[in-house]
Amino acid sequence: MSTIQPITDELEPHPDVALVERVRAGDVSAYDELVRKYDRQLFRIAQHITQNREDAEDVMQDAFLKAYEKIDQFQGNSKFYTWLVRIAVNESLMRLRKRRTGRMVSIDEDIETEEGSVPRDLADWAPDPEQNYTQSELAEILRKTIQGLPPGFRTVFALRDVEGLSTEETAETLGLSIPAVKSRLLRARLQLRERLSRYFRKNKGSRELGVEN
Amino acid sequence: MTCTEFLALLDDLIDDTVTPAMRAQLQEHLRGCEHCEVTLSTTRKTIQIYRSHEIYDMPAGLRERLHAAIMARCKKGC
Ligand SMILES: [Zn+2]
Repeated sequence: MSTIQPITDELEPHPDVALVERVRAGDVSAYDELVRKYDRQLFRIAQHITQNREDAEDVMQDAFLKAYEKIDQFQGNSKFYTWLVRIAVNESLMRLRKRRTGRMVSIDEDIETEEGSVPRDLADWAPDPEQNYTQSELAEILRKTIQGLPPGFRTVFALRDVEGLSTEETAETLGLSIPAVKSRLLRARLQLRERLSRYFRKNKGSRELGVEN
Repeated sequence: MTCTEFLALLDDLIDDTVTPAMRAQLQEHLRGCEHCEVTLSTTRKTIQIYRSHEIYDMPAGLRERLHAAIMARCKKGC
């Protein structure tokens, strides 16, 4: 069943709309264009969520195939890209569940940490802290650091801060409320900051302090 | 404004979604609180570092292989 929602007059139709129309009409080369346009992003998102290279490859393939099969279900009122990301996020969470059998993994997981009591490393960072590391060392630090975040946090961080989706798009993609996205984003940012402080602080080895208020 | 109140609004400050009146209050707190100043600047830096470093890039060879596999199956009608 294909229902195409009219696009509001003041909005320019997104260039993907025409490509999607061509795909629906049976033009596979238009899909080729869409895949090339978004494969990197999907792969990154899948890596961020699954933290596993093989899973990310599978997720990317499966997400594009699923989107192709279901292209008639795509409604023009959301962006094709966010629709695609939603499929990729669901596929990623499924893979993650498979790997951690016996543990429930959902976007709602691990949010029950004590509200408001974020421990803070209060040491300032060196002016350009990343320059103390080689590119590959830095990439390793960034990967290790984000790996330690609960899946729900790193997913929100990846969509909002790495991929640049808006809060509304992130909420829509993950099926979360806007306050839920905001609260996860804040925790994700603060936790990443906290963990990176170990590597980037001005005087390594200076003491860690908590803040009371 | 306490540090906890400041932290609750940190994202809005970073994402620039605060009203001018709120921004003034947050800045007032920052003037007197080095802890929050550091938290703000290092959180901004955290976001910027993740944004500007591609930690999960797809090597070209892998990209072509995955792309070919996807398109082959689409052409067969999946
Ligand atoms: Zn403060």
